[in-house]
Amino acid sequence: MSLVNIKIEGISYQVEAGLTILEAARQCGYDIPSLCAFNHGQCSSGSCRVCLVEATGARGLVASCVYPVAEGMEIRISSPKAVKARRTSVELILSNHNKNCQQCSKNGNCELLNVAKLTGARENVFVGEKTPTTYDDLTPSIVRDTSKCILCGRCVVRCQEAHGNGILGFENRGFATIVAPAGNRSFKDSPCLLCGQCVNVCPTGALMQKSEIYKIDEAMAAGKHVIVQTAPAVRASLGEEFGMKVGTPVTGKMVAALRRLGFDKVYDTNFGADLTIMEEANELLARIKNGGTLPMITSCSPGWVNYAEYYYGDCLDHLSSCKSPHEMEGAIIKSYYAEKNGIDPKDIFVVSIMPCTAKKYEKERPALVTNGLPDVDAVLTTRELGDLIKRSGINFAKLPDEEFDQDLVGTYTGAGVIFGVTGGVMEAALRTAYFALEGKEYGPVNFTEVRGFDGVKEATFVLAGNEIKVAVAHGMKNAKPIMDDIRAGKSPYTFIEIMCCPGGCINGGGQSYVRPTLLPNEDLDILDTYMSKRAEALYSEDERQALRQSHNNPQIQQLYSEFLGEPNSHKAHELLHTTYVKDRVRFD
Amino acid sequence: MQKLSEAAVKQINEICDRHANDKTPLMMILSDIQKEYGYVPVDVQEIVSEKTGISVAEIYGVVTFYSFFSLKPKGKYIIGCCLGTACYVKGAQQIIDKFSEILGIAPGETTEDGLFTIDALRCIGACGIAPAVTINGTVYPKMQVNQVQKVIDDYRSKED
Repeated sequence: MSLVNIKIEGISYQVEAGLTILEAARQCGYDIPSLCAFNHGQCSSGSCRVCLVEATGARGLVASCVYPVAEGMEIRISSPKAVKARRTSVELILSNHNKNCQQCSKNGNCELLNVAKLTGARENVFVGEKTPTTYDDLTPSIVRDTSKCILCGRCVVRCQEAHGNGILGFENRGFATIVAPAGNRSFKDSPCLLCGQCVNVCPTGALMQKSEIYKIDEAMAAGKHVIVQTAPAVRASLGEEFGMKVGTPVTGKMVAALRRLGFDKVYDTNFGADLTIMEEANELLARIKNGGTLPMITSCSPGWVNYAEYYYGDCLDHLSSCKSPHEMEGAIIKSYYAEKNGIDPKDIFVVSIMPCTAKKYEKERPALVTNGLPDVDAVLTTRELGDLIKRSGINFAKLPDEEFDQDLVGTYTGAGVIFGVTGGVMEAALRTAYFALEGKEYGPVNFTEVRGFDGVKEATFVLAGNEIKVAVAHGMKNAKPIMDDIRAGKSPYTFIEIMCCPGGCINGGGQSYVRPTLLPNEDLDILDTYMSKRAEALYSEDERQALRQSHNNPQIQQLYSEFLGEPNSHKAHELLHTTYVKDRVRFD
Repeated sequence: MQKLSEAAVKQINEICDRHANDKTPLMMILSDIQKEYGYVPVDVQEIVSEKTGISVAEIYGVVTFYSFFSLKPKGKYIIGCCLGTACYVKGAQQIIDKFSEILGIAPGETTEDGLFTIDALRCIGACGIAPAVTINGTVYPKMQVNQVQKVIDDYRSKED
């Protein structure tokens, strides 16, 4: 690593060669106001012009997010010329912006609002024509409002980096430029996975989740029996909504908050995850035994299911027929739980708190209905739960730690907790498959071979003489080569876990925003470390559990003995399994 | 949307294959399709996307960025009026307005008989002969408003 000598505001520093001025300045203790810049230049290369500084050796002002430092460079951040230029850049962006900040749900996380304050942007300096806008709220998951788009291109880059062949791009030119799916179609009419990664990186309110908080208000007002369940990944991120350090586990406080919000029951989707493992591991073993379609692929991630339906309609036999955990839990609540408690399933309203925007769409799939009722009635993201808690006046940090409700569908094991991170479903399934085949628990418990954030992880296990070759992929870019092999009939694997979002659910499109400029108390490299911090929150909760294999969950055992019979029984199939849509059109 | 014929799909695939080994094949593919069909609609872009692995969003972005490409069929005669800086100060706006007035269409549109399309071009690099107009490759230098009618009449008379 070679170093270069630079000066910022006349003071000498030594920094790594090759850094951008923005990164170097940050290391020296200066936060240059910047907008489009994301992690290591994940934007359309300095398009917003907000981070302009003076630098010797450059012609005019330079965009510090893309301009590299050089030996002897003298940088002025606060020269009158640079200060004025940055302010003008922001004022120009604002001149083409829909400034309804009070009603915008990015309020509080908006990077444009932040730089407007930092640069001292003045009101209505430039007034004139605005670019024609598009407002797309036709999917249940994501709202695209181009009146707030600053054309930074972060979403375009993120969509491509996560999924290989992004669906977002720049269209038209000059003043008419917009970011949109091809032809400025709705997400509904394009092969959008609804994963929400674009929402996670959008600095303004141009890409948002579609809020369903009102549905909970309505259900409670109607006197429904409202049951909430929370996905594992939510507890690893929710604290961030309340200013806690990234990766702070807040399971107990989250439960306490939900109880105070008036939910009749607070359950953990981990129960559903344990149930998924029972069904999925047994489905896998049956396929191995009976010569069924292999490799089998997990089906928990609705973004991945969308991708499979759009691009690999001929390979859908490879998907496990298991519903995702929250759908399973919803189906059991509206059958077993309802029966046991003598409640009419029609009066039950199931709310899922998910790290995911695609789950909002998933719950509306026609195949996820049992006895005419949707398994799940509303899906809120982690961020929406944060909003709901804030609205109620609860001081989250001061809440006591409370336990999930423990009756009927309340217990869970560590295997369910790790579902929230890439490799987790695979590991949970292996723990149960090992027991089923070897007749004893796997001694070390953890299958560390499938942990970590490599795009594709592979491992081979020999269980009772069966060689089981597994793969774990996250982000559709990494899933594609695996799927192409399957299509070509040359996949070497037995079992594959695929998650839509890079990193798995801990980095889902409904999780708290990780914005270095809005998180002054986090380390400079937070965008490189937040996923492992959240993963650690889940792995440590797994370690703390007395029971760590799904098949050891006592209420799961009870559910099978009293209600479902065997895993993959007829009743289990009716309630817990689903079908996929073969000829889903990519463009309407 | 009208379904593409099998022959068209085959030809588009052939065009893609023709440029498979190019470093940046997209521009060449699109420009061949534009020349062949006179436009590059979205369903054609989807075939190109499947063939090249380039996303439809990116292809659509390229097609809508360059005025050479068109999403809609163009007329037999494409009247390109340069509105670059030099042509503009030399009165190109009046020229294009005159074409619009006589043909009864706005820039970007095609006459109902399918004969003429007016394109507003940004600088075509012919500033020395501003204001410049091109019609299917023929350049009309230092165009004047009172010449517009005659130019149109000349093309119309070719059709009679």
